[in-house]
Amino acid sequence: MSRLSIVTQNNAMKTVEDLYKDLERRITASQPGLCPVDLAASFLHLCHAQSCGKCVPCRIGLGQLELLIESVLDGTATMETLKVIEQTAESIYFSADCAIGSEAARMVLKGIRGFRDDYEEHVLHGRCSGHQDQPVPCVSQCPAHVDIPGYISLIHEGRYNDAVALIRKDNPFPAVCGMICEHPCEVRCRRTMVDDPINIRGLKKFAVEHEDEFRIGDRQPATGKKVAVVGGGPAGLSAAYYLSLMGHEVVVYEQRKKAGGMLRYGIPAYRLPREALDAEIECLKKSGFTIRTDVSIGKDVSIAELRDQYDAMFVAIGAHTDKKIGIEGEDAKGVISAVEMLRAIGDDDYPDFTGMDIAVVGGGNVAMDVARSAIRCNAKSVKILYRRRISDMTALPEEVEGAIADGCEVVELHAPLRIEKNEDDTVAAIWVQPQIVGPIRDGRPKPVSADTEEVRIPCDRVLVAIGQGIDSMKFGEYGIPVERGHIDAFDTSDIRDKEGVFAGGDCVTGPATVIRAIAAGKVAAANIDEYLGFFHEIKSDIDLPPVRFDDHKPCGRVNMKERSPEERKHDFKLMECGMSHQEACQESGRCLHCDHFGYGIFKGGREAKW
Amino acid sequence: MVNVTIDGINIQVPEKTTILDAASQAGVHIPTLCFMKELNEIGACRVCVVEVEGYDRLFTACNNTVAEGMVIHTNSKKARDARKVNVKLILSQHNTNCAVCVRSGNCTLQKVANDLNVHSLPYKKLLPENHGSHKFPLIRDYDKCIKCMRCIQVCDKIQNTNIWDVVNTGSRVTVDVTGAYNLEDSQCALCGQCITHCPVGALRERDDVDRVLEAVEDPNKITVVQIAPSIRAAWGEPFGLDPEFATVKRLAAALRRVGVDYVFDTNFTADLTIMEEGSEFVEKLSHPEKNKFPMFTSCCPGWVRYVKAHYPEFVDQLSSAKSPQQMFGAVAKSYFAEKLNVDPSKIFCISIMPCLAKKAECAYPSMVDAQGDPEVDCSLTTREVNRLIRSEQIIVKDLPEEELDMPFGIGSGAGNIFGATGGVMEAALRSAYYLVNKKNPDPDAFKAVRGMDGWKEAEFELGGKTLKVAVTNGLGNANKLLTYLKQGRVKYDFVEVMACPGGCVGGGGQPIHDGVEMAPERAPILYSQDKSMKLRFSHENPSVAEAYREYFEAPLSEKSHHLLHTDHHAWKMPGEK
Repeated sequence: MSRLSIVTQNNAMKTVEDLYKDLERRITASQPGLCPVDLAASFLHLCHAQSCGKCVPCRIGLGQLELLIESVLDGTATMETLKVIEQTAESIYFSADCAIGSEAARMVLKGIRGFRDDYEEHVLHGRCSGHQDQPVPCVSQCPAHVDIPGYISLIHEGRYNDAVALIRKDNPFPAVCGMICEHPCEVRCRRTMVDDPINIRGLKKFAVEHEDEFRIGDRQPATGKKVAVVGGGPAGLSAAYYLSLMGHEVVVYEQRKKAGGMLRYGIPAYRLPREALDAEIECLKKSGFTIRTDVSIGKDVSIAELRDQYDAMFVAIGAHTDKKIGIEGEDAKGVISAVEMLRAIGDDDYPDFTGMDIAVVGGGNVAMDVARSAIRCNAKSVKILYRRRISDMTALPEEVEGAIADGCEVVELHAPLRIEKNEDDTVAAIWVQPQIVGPIRDGRPKPVSADTEEVRIPCDRVLVAIGQGIDSMKFGEYGIPVERGHIDAFDTSDIRDKEGVFAGGDCVTGPATVIRAIAAGKVAAANIDEYLGFFHEIKSDIDLPPVRFDDHKPCGRVNMKERSPEERKHDFKLMECGMSHQEACQESGRCLHCDHFGYGIFKGGREAKW
Repeated sequence: MVNVTIDGINIQVPEKTTILDAASQAGVHIPTLCFMKELNEIGACRVCVVEVEGYDRLFTACNNTVAEGMVIHTNSKKARDARKVNVKLILSQHNTNCAVCVRSGNCTLQKVANDLNVHSLPYKKLLPENHGSHKFPLIRDYDKCIKCMRCIQVCDKIQNTNIWDVVNTGSRVTVDVTGAYNLEDSQCALCGQCITHCPVGALRERDDVDRVLEAVEDPNKITVVQIAPSIRAAWGEPFGLDPEFATVKRLAAALRRVGVDYVFDTNFTADLTIMEEGSEFVEKLSHPEKNKFPMFTSCCPGWVRYVKAHYPEFVDQLSSAKSPQQMFGAVAKSYFAEKLNVDPSKIFCISIMPCLAKKAECAYPSMVDAQGDPEVDCSLTTREVNRLIRSEQIIVKDLPEEELDMPFGIGSGAGNIFGATGGVMEAALRSAYYLVNKKNPDPDAFKAVRGMDGWKEAEFELGGKTLKVAVTNGLGNANKLLTYLKQGRVKYDFVEVMACPGGCVGGGGQPIHDGVEMAPERAPILYSQDKSMKLRFSHENPSVAEAYREYFEAPLSEKSHHLLHTDHHAWKMPGEK
């Protein structure tokens, strides 16, 4: 008789482990618009299956809750039922012996409080307020609603010019987005139910790299209308492009030396090479708009004056001012904001950090950009100071990993206290307070000061990357409503009581992604066109190949490769390598074509024009 | 061209041909259920699945295209089994009380299941609860709906009325009213296109046949029937009779067998409508400063419901003339009652219409006689009349043709073409020309407005002025036209709108032929009848002239205004302010 044995998994356990993973992926790829009450009932069913059955609240209570919620879904419940659900769930939460029961009950409570309207809609009208009106996950998640299944099918056929032209129907920046888009399209990709999401951004990049003729849309006859665009960033240029295609005369006013906005003055060249950006802007300019650089609206030309000269105006000034940490010593020489540094780099004015120790404050993508730029500017060491944990950073995980690979050190759970100056007012060190991770508020754990000593981190430069503000004052004075710095525009980009003035992009949303700015430009273009009394349509006549049949056999996702850190950290050349033909063909072949297979063929699928 | 093999048959078809079409060209039939060409190609029922060599999974034939070298098996074990399972699954949620279903014998599910030799179900029957009113002209049986989504598609894509939509998610998905909880509270135009596009009996009209029989049996009632123009192009279809045989005169004979007292023709009031509406238009044209243009026709109650619900700003531009159905009711319960020397309440006025909206129209509080009784007591669809004839065991093919009763049994060719898109416009222009020029035009001078196009435009000279007119059919086209009018992109003097595609010949109350749009077949019948008639101008209808002489005095007279015109604001659509 053996006293102990090693626990081995039997086949059933292995299969269940596999199914857990399937379920995880399935939940990730949940489409928007599902009935929350139905989901709550299904989650509860799973929770109940996890019950060991020892205790009453969990063994019996969860089952009764399930029946009650089912009665809500079946339209046989009353408002009294909702009370019973809440009461029962509360009792289970308080009296269950372990988390299996109490957490299950907590989920029910969260639901009945968080989407009570849906519960009531079921009870009162036998209906669900959920509605699946965005059935193609990638298209619905993309703010510009680019026809992703469409261009992926073209890539699969080797029709790269058509693929990029199709992208330009909704997004005039395929090259830029191929390199730096945050690809919200991939988040709910239905392929995740099979294996992993499609590498949509990588495929877009591949298509752009293999485009051999720039093809922009056809320009409509001139309308004689003039539109001013204030700000030459992605929002402004997108609006200018589409408005020009619609036949309007568009002038873009850019206060810096070159157009591009944050694409040039915020994103370092190793992620988005200047030649690629310049080429993309040149391509868009073929639509007919002109760019006047070095003109600051509100300073060089008054806003009212500009408005008078044009039939409509689009304000897309972005979010380009820096934010202060608000600590002692921040005025020291050598404290540089990320905005300031990246702006200089945008004009090819690279700082020389040779031999210096650099401290970066912040945990977002911009913090990673300045940290990695600092490495490329020959810094001796770069420490990224962040008051929460690495996993709490808002930067994309691949950016954080890349920064570490480049040689940056991430000092997590350290909050900046003050900056110590040398006698000549230059930075000597930054003092930080170690933190421990604390209670979770709004889904994010709050850092709490650790009961340990303050730490001194000697450094020559402090790079502050804790967010950007909007220089909206002059526009406020002109009479455009401004809310806490943000220009207050409608979702349709028009502005209350300011006829003919539209706004969009970062200056309305606060610092956001390039694709959101592009979407804002597209929306503004459509609505300005209508404001001017026109109904132009932007469409594509590209004939898509018939859908491919596929058995959905699982296949790995092609991830992007980067140049080795040893090589890339010495220059600002593009860091990411493209896909090979073989890879692109396989990756595009993984697309499930939700525009054809599934709800997309019925409603809300392909939009051939806008 | 691509080469494919279907069930061992090699065939060459153009690229992008669907598997379904390719199979049909190869002489291979693949059953379909939810499919409707160009309207519903969504592969929802999964009945048309086929096996394609090289793939494990099955693919729908209706919405997937062939590729070079494809080898397809439509009846392999895998395809056959899956098809049968899917039909059985659909039947597990379908109330198969076929014996008492209006669509029995004309039901695609019944046919598909029978053809597949399905005789039993291994599944538990799970029928959804029925709810909703059975008093509204349009009735939906939730336990018969197979969620093919066709009603949603026709309501969205063709009619742009967006009444039906998918509600709920997951297992509880069904089709229901959007924007309201009950159909009667919705902005439904009652065009009935959802019914004629339903493959099963989930959607139907309220059956008023028994009310007609009750009136016929009541010795104190004088039953008066009017037959709408478009009925004569369609009523014989379910009996397998061609329109040359199934004439309005033979329908009159059938109705007399049922026992009605008078059989009249709505063509008569179509002519009367032209007199009133045409005069109204000419009057408006002579005072352009006081009137807004275009003037819209008002004879289609589906269109009137639509414009009231969706574009209230245009309601004042509707002609104030009542529809021919209501004019007839008004005439029957005033002029005709006087002629018979009876109390109007003794008259039971029945209309035979291709339409559900007519059922709603005759019940509006404003459509009443001097005593407050409905002008038209009961409106039957073509399908109900077919059921009435069947229920009375009348053998139509043995019936003779019988003349309609006088004086309202006579109508002009102009009145006859009211039943097809463009017909009202053409009839109005024929008489407007006469009104302005005091002489008749060539009766075919205005044929530019004929045809099945959804939105037609034409220009005509009238009294030295160039008249710009438009004709639309299908509410989706009306929506487009109204949007363009609002945006100032088009300008017209006179616009005809018919809610149903093709006009009344494609009406929601007409016989159903699953998968076939019948309007293009039926409209030419009305035009050829017009062509062969001697009387082709509304203003030449002798009974119309007599009615003015004896009773209404003249078009737009006070009496005419009182009885033949209406205030479109006198009743409200749900949600209308």
